[in-house]
Amino acid sequence: MRSSASRLSLWLLLTPFVLWIVLLVLLPHLQMLRVSFQVRESWDTLTWGLQQYQNFFTESYYWRTFVRTGVMSLFTTFLTLIIAFPIAWYIARLARGRSKGLLFMACLIPFWASELVRTYGWMILLRESGLFSSWLQALGWVDGPVEMLYNDVAVIIGLVYNGLLFMVVPLVTTLDGMDENLVEAGYDLGGGHGTVLREIVVPWAMPGIVSGCIVVFMLTLGSYLTPVLMGGKDSAWFTQQIFTQFITRFNWEQGAALGVLLLVLSSVMVWLGLKVTGQSLRKVMG
Amino acid sequence: MIRSVPRSKLFDGLYLAYLIAFFIYLALPLTVTAVFAFNDAPFPSLPWKGFTLDWYFADGTGGRTGLFHDDGLLRALWVSAQIAFWVTLVSLALGCVNAVLFERLNFRGKEFLYLLMLLPLVIPGVILGVSILVFYSGMANDVSAAWGIELDIFRPGMTLVVMGQVTFITTLSTLVIAARLRKFDPQLEEAALNLGATPLVAWFTVTLPWLLPSIFGAAAMAFLMSFENFNTTVMLTGSDTPLTVALFNRLREGSTPVLNAVALLLMVGSAFLALLAMGRSSR
Repeated sequence: MRSSASRLSLWLLLTPFVLWIVLLVLLPHLQMLRVSFQVRESWDTLTWGLQQYQNFFTESYYWRTFVRTGVMSLFTTFLTLIIAFPIAWYIARLARGRSKGLLFMACLIPFWASELVRTYGWMILLRESGLFSSWLQALGWVDGPVEMLYNDVAVIIGLVYNGLLFMVVPLVTTLDGMDENLVEAGYDLGGGHGTVLREIVVPWAMPGIVSGCIVVFMLTLGSYLTPVLMGGKDSAWFTQQIFTQFITRFNWEQGAALGVLLLVLSSVMVWLGLKVTGQSLRKVMG
Repeated sequence: MIRSVPRSKLFDGLYLAYLIAFFIYLALPLTVTAVFAFNDAPFPSLPWKGFTLDWYFADGTGGRTGLFHDDGLLRALWVSAQIAFWVTLVSLALGCVNAVLFERLNFRGKEFLYLLMLLPLVIPGVILGVSILVFYSGMANDVSAAWGIELDIFRPGMTLVVMGQVTFITTLSTLVIAARLRKFDPQLEEAALNLGATPLVAWFTVTLPWLLPSIFGAAAMAFLMSFENFNTTVMLTGSDTPLTVALFNRLREGSTPVLNAVALLLMVGSAFLALLAMGRSSR
């Protein structure tokens, strides 16, 4: 009796979970994979083939953008980590009492605004008629308006900005739990700043570093808004090509193939990140 | 590098300068967006032409249409609110069930299912949108071609947007609620059962009240995430464009201070909701 009741409750609780995962995650992704191998011969005949993937490798425009997006995302992730680490260290270890809470809050606040609002703010600052340009002219450093938007540097500034929270929060969380005696012991044993950082602090913070890097990399790789609005004509992002195939050209087969490739890239990078650092998805995400 | 270890004055000075620079970098884009919502000029740029509320209240007579008279933006705001409402409702219900499933029950394959549950967090948002578009909209096309039945709810539009957002917001709400459930003392529930309550009554009178702060926090988070989402939404939206997509389209045409007005309104709204949720969950 008892066990049949618990069996029943297990099935009752399992059903919504299974429906969600199967209907919204697994089936759609399998279908996307299937469509990516379909080749449209005419408007109503389909065969199977690798046509779309061949297009990807033969059209240099596709794979160049793919590589570019991957490399720039890696760079953005690295930069975000470098920028966020001292801030997280200060909040977790050096700030005291009220100022600790306030500084942490200050890091959270910009992320209550949406990505669109944040990107828009950067556009107002960086564009030709923007604030930085006006300030530089007022200071007499430049003669005419300067365009700082629509290039790779602008895109990276925007992407790093978008990623910061997802790096600062896990870093603060892991650094907060570190025993200060460990660091002191490191210095007592004759370690310099560099050694202590490398041998004690970084290994301790590794779960936070990995979780931050995974999320930032994934968000950057999959972002559409910031590269489209802040990037120039030459700085295409891979998501832009997916969007074009689906929405503009209505070429779902090609779009699906590009989507699968992006998913493979992000999965491989996440997997590599976990493997290399010896972390598990459960530990860094859940 | 910790308080008890002596540092040089120069290092301290540089560190402080870095901190200040960082927080300026953090605050600058949002501050200028907010400030230019009140600039009496047709473009959000310098010079400052004086304070105005036109970008909120102008009724179109002076060549300016403020946010509260801009039907397109108001309609998009309403679409976003509806989507966020449904996403919050569905992802909370799923989140509660998932939290109980993973925190209270033991079954074979639990670890594997937990990893599946985390999956949407490591799939790029655009891909979540694309896969749902391919599956459901494709199905609607096939059904229409084969039997002539129109499954309009599976065409790009509000239902698909809700489904796309629920996909990953459910994971987040599950994590928030499960974290709180983990701290719950099961003896409290057993006490209720010993006092004669049925499991259902015990759940509603003991466990659920304990979870309420986290449910409230998860609700605020789900609502915000849904309202602000762009990457998944843009792939699934039909003729009813939600606010982020509508703003994006406007931005591509060129920016006006009306966009700043909307942006400021969004910031204030989200800040209010976030503070409310934090106040509730810290109790």
